Order: sequence, then structure tokens, then C-alpha cells
Amino acid sequence: MHNGTDIIYSYDGTFDGLLCCVFECYEKKEMPCGIHSPENDQLTLCEVREIITDTHKAERVKKSVKEKVYPRTYYDIELCFLSCNPDKDLVIIKFIIMSFKFGANVYSMLADNTVNALFTISKNVSREAHYYKEFLRFSVYNGVLVSVIEPKNIVLPLIKHHYADRLNSESFMIFDKTHQMALTYSEKKTEIFPVEELELPEADEEEIKYRNLWKQFYNTIGIKERYNPKCRMNLMPKRYWKQLTEYSELIK
Amino acid sequence: MDIMDKLKILSDSAKYDAACTSSGVDRGGVDGKLGNAAACGICHSFAADGRCISLLKVLMTNYCIYDCKYCINRKSNDVPRARFTPDELAELTINFYKRNYIEGLFLSSGIINNPDYTCEQMIETLSIIRNKYKFNGYIHAKTIPGCDPELISRLGMLADRMSVNIELPSQESLTKLAPDKSKNAILLPMKQITTQIKENTTEIVKYKSAPKFAPAGQSTQMIIGATPDTDFQIMRLTEGLYKKFGLKRVFYSAYVPVGDSKLLPSVDTKPPLLREHRLYQADWLLRFYGFEVKELLDEKNQNFNPLLDPKCNWAVQHIDMFPVEVNSAPYESLLRVPGIGVLSAKRILLARKTAKLDYKALKKLGVVLKRAQYFILCCGKQIEGLKITESAVMRSLISESNIKTLESNGISFGNETRQLSLFDDNTSSEPTLEDLRKCITGQI
Repeated sequence: MHNGTDIIYSYDGTFDGLLCCVFECYEKKEMPCGIHSPENDQLTLCEVREIITDTHKAERVKKSVKEKVYPRTYYDIELCFLSCNPDKDLVIIKFIIMSFKFGANVYSMLADNTVNALFTISKNVSREAHYYKEFLRFSVYNGVLVSVIEPKNIVLPLIKHHYADRLNSESFMIFDKTHQMALTYSEKKTEIFPVEELELPEADEEEIKYRNLWKQFYNTIGIKERYNPKCRMNLMPKRYWKQLTEYSELIK
Repeated sequence: MDIMDKLKILSDSAKYDAACTSSGVDRGGVDGKLGNAAACGICHSFAADGRCISLLKVLMTNYCIYDCKYCINRKSNDVPRARFTPDELAELTINFYKRNYIEGLFLSSGIINNPDYTCEQMIETLSIIRNKYKFNGYIHAKTIPGCDPELISRLGMLADRMSVNIELPSQESLTKLAPDKSKNAILLPMKQITTQIKENTTEIVKYKSAPKFAPAGQSTQMIIGATPDTDFQIMRLTEGLYKKFGLKRVFYSAYVPVGDSKLLPSVDTKPPLLREHRLYQADWLLRFYGFEVKELLDEKNQNFNPLLDPKCNWAVQHIDMFPVEVNSAPYESLLRVPGIGVLSAKRILLARKTAKLDYKALKKLGVVLKRAQYFILCCGKQIEGLKITESAVMRSLISESNIKTLESNGISFGNETRQLSLFDDNTSSEPTLEDLRKCITGQI
């Protein structure tokens, strides 16, 4: 019933905006061949239709999706939206249209290409968020914990609760260099907002002491008779190493 | 001695302990306290040997009054010695934790003065961490063999996980290599911990806020390859520990030579990593796949096949139970198929509710068709173009790296030269366990 077209939808990059694209598809009974957003804006010869974000329409779509699918499935849609995968918008639209047709059962249709794509993308996003529970390091500057990360996907909303819960009596800031945004926590409140750049002060003596102690521990704890760099690389991909204290230069 | 040198000595002497997991307890943050604990555990780094670093794994001290032959900290070994004060160690733990280097502390110790004194030092450290620094994260404490049961109780109230290392899987080996430890010194505290964990769960029903004894359960470790004990002996003991003592985990640690005692393998022996790997695979089969040890090994076959993992090995020995139809087979049968794991079996159950599954679909569900294809049917059909020949089956079941090392040693999977036999028990044409272990560890 949703006919393929040569039309490309263009939206403002917000979740509400994407839901309005769903509204458009449903109303026009069509399926665009591609989606443009500010992050994903290529030149094209196809006709581009701009979809205006209308919170009223977005709410209607949100409400009916939530009625149709399990809360966990709705969460997977939200995870998918945080992905850097350029196909994520179209996958989400197709998935939501399917959920209107098949209801909650859509979560079990794992052999379907759209369903499989949505869950694969959402899994990748949550995997990266988990990596940032593991491979994130704070430095202490004047009593505030600060960390810089370079994730591919938007992970700050997904690690927010973890760190706020864990460090509930501390203050911290996590700066996402890739997406130029920061998560802050102080006096029991978290906030995520855009930050263009972050300049860090010099580390003080105590901070340097603990960094060096950690490097010492890291270098001692491996058993040299079991040296296995390939295994380490599989479990801790190299692109995370850059921000890890254990691989930083030893400071005297 | 400064803290840097202490950390170097006391982490170096703790590194042979395999366990570094922070799993088993889900505890949210508490207002005014530092830390929480996630049931799945969180690794924070991976060392150069590929092992996870989740906890600050150190000894309180590496001074020791015992002389266990396999242990680097034995009294007679000439190594630098050090000792943390409880305050030093507490401060270090908290500062590492805040920076997200670790999930918590794994504390063990050499025996200084006597077992009770040693245990008291550990209790003091954990009390400072829990009470002064209000630490709510993960702590794994090793009990000291031979210490007062009352002290074990107190230690368990401060720790999330407790462990007592069995180290050697038989009384005979224990008598030979750890003359100061008796079987009872190991088993009694294990029993006590099991009992207290049980009491603890029944008591919680009454008082939800009652402090819990070792809420993340109990684990142990065995050293592999220091003694002639077979895989069968080790796995039978493991099975007993899971069933009778309700242990959460049993860890296996390939023996790295640390001494030149005549009773031990020579110092240039490589750690038996493949054997350790097979034991972990079998351990997984016991815990998640519904296998029993007697299905995997017996009196006649006391050691695992170095070429095939234990599940594949079982499958080729029970070829009459296959193929299974993926669209109707029960969960238990799916789990027995090489190439189907816990996750993919569950996904098959889910996906087949709404659709008939074909081979393409199975691929999307995460089934490793290369292995599974010989053991399954989809809607009554085999995968297209499947030829069941011995060498093809063998090639698909042996891991890539094993094939490469075998081929570079002149063993081929083609038709012309010496072939590996799957179905006959022709041992003369197969590489021996020792050969294979050497070629895996690069000794050849």
C-alpha cells in the first residue's frame, strides 16, 4: 500500500521531525526513496520535499506507535535514532509503518530486512554506549571529574543515568567532541547542551600521581607469557585507546 | 617504600588470579555514597594478554608463611616483598574508582603472621572503604584458608563476592604441592560461605534492609597443567561445585611456571592456553547449555579433543541425533547444534512464531551456518548444495587458526595427503595433544 517513489523527504533532524515524515508517508500512502537531514544532506537529482515539523502531528504518531508496540521496541526506535548510520531515518520510518500493520508482533519478525536493520542499528548504538561505561576516563580538575569522548553515535543520553547514579555525590562533565555536546552533573541535576570546544586546565600533582599509578597497574597486571594483542584489540577496539589514561604519555 | 613500588609488587603477585569479574549484583546508587554495581559487570580495560581488567586486583601483602610450590609468593621464593597499609589501599581504590578506571577492588593476600591476623587486616581495609569513604561499588574478597569462621562472616558482610581457591583439583596434588594447606582448610570455608549466602536470602524475605552476606555469590579457581590431573577430574569437580555448593563461577588458570621444583613442569613450559580454553568452553556448556560432564568426557576419554571444541565433539559423536528441524525443534535441541548459541536459539524461538525460517533468515538471526549447516533442516530441507564429506565437515568445525597451524605442519584437509579422521579412532595419524598445544603456542 505504500508505493515506492522518487521523492526524497527533508526534515530538521529532530525526532519529532522524523515522526512527521512518518505522518506524511502514512497520509500519502507512499514511501520516499531517501531522507535528508542537516547531518545527512547530499546533492540529489530527485525531487526533495521539505517536511515541516509539527509537534501536534508528531505527538499523534508517537501516541499510536506506543499503543502498538512494546515499550522495549519503542526504546529500540529511540536508540536507532541516535545512530550515525545514514540509513537510520528510512529504517525507522519503514519500521513504524510496519508496526501499524503488524502491531506488537513486529518485534518477533527478526527475519524481515527492516526489522533486522532496526535491531542491528539499535544494538550497535547500545554497544557503543556500553563501551563508554567501560572505556571512559575521568580526570579530576579542582574537584570536578571531566572526561572527553569521541563516539560515533550519540551516547550521552544513554550513559547519563549510569554516571549520575554512580557518582551521585560528585560533580562531573563528559564532553562529546564528535557531536560537540556535553553532559554535566552537579547538585543532583544532569543537563545535556551544545558545547563547541573544551579547553582543559593543566593536571595537578595529585591527578598526575593517580594517572601514573594506573599506568603502572595496567602494565604490571598482564601476564607476559600469555601476550595476546589480537584478543585485546577485539575486546577493546583501537579507536577507544586515544582517550585512555593507560595509553597516555607517562608524565614525570 | 613509596606507593608506586608497592603497587607494582602487589599487583604483579596478584596477576595469576584469573577472576576479575564484577558481575552478580545489581545495586543502584545511594544518596551520599560513592558507586553502584551492575549485574552484568563492567570491564574497564584489557591488558596486553587480552584479559579483562575490571577490578583493582592486588594483594594486601605478598609476605607469606606458606610454601606452596606453584605459587610465586611462596616463602622460599626470593622476590621483593611489600605490604599495603589499610589506609593506603583504601585511598588508592577510591581514587581509581572515581576516575572510572575500575569497578572496585579484588583483595587477596599472602599470609602474614597467621591466617586470623591476615584476615583482620583485610577486614580493616574493607571497613575503611565502606564506612569512611562510603563506597557502594563492587568488592571481591578472597578468604584466607584456615582463618576463624567468625572473621569470614565479617568479611562477607563487607564484600560482594567471596572466593576460596581450590587451586589443585585432587587431594594427592594438594598434599604434594601445598603441604601447608589441607583439603578441609579449603572446603570448610566454602561450605560456610554457601550456607551463609543461603541464610542471607531467606532472611531478606523477613528484613529487606538486612545487610547481605556476599550478595554476588562465591567463586573459585583451579590451576591447570601444574599437576597430572585430567580434564575429566577437573570437570567432575566443577560440576559438583556448581550443583552442591551453588558456586557462581569456577575459573581455570593455565599454569605459568614460577618455580623449578622437581614436582612441577619445567620453567620453559608454555602455559596450556588451549586446554584452559577448552575447559572454559565446557564450563559454559554446563552452565548454559544443559550439558552434563558425563556426556562430554568419561573414564576412557579423560581429556578434551584439542581439535574440536567440546560441543562440536559431542555433536559428531552423536550424529544420530541430527539433523534437527529449526522450525519445530525444542530449545534444548537447538542449543545442542554447533553454530547455534544461547542468543541465536532464543531468537529462533521468537522469530518462528511469525514466520517459517529459511537459511537466509537464520543468518540474520546470528546462526553460524558454516557449522550449523550439517546439523539442521529448514522446512525439511538441507541447505542447497551441501556436500557432506568428512574433510568438509572437519574443516568447518575446526577453528580457522587451528586449520592454519595444522596445515603449516603438513596436515592437509584435501584428498591426496594424510587426512585427519573424524569418525575413526586412528590416533597414529593425528597430532598428539602435546604437538598441538605447542603449535598453538608457537613452540614448534
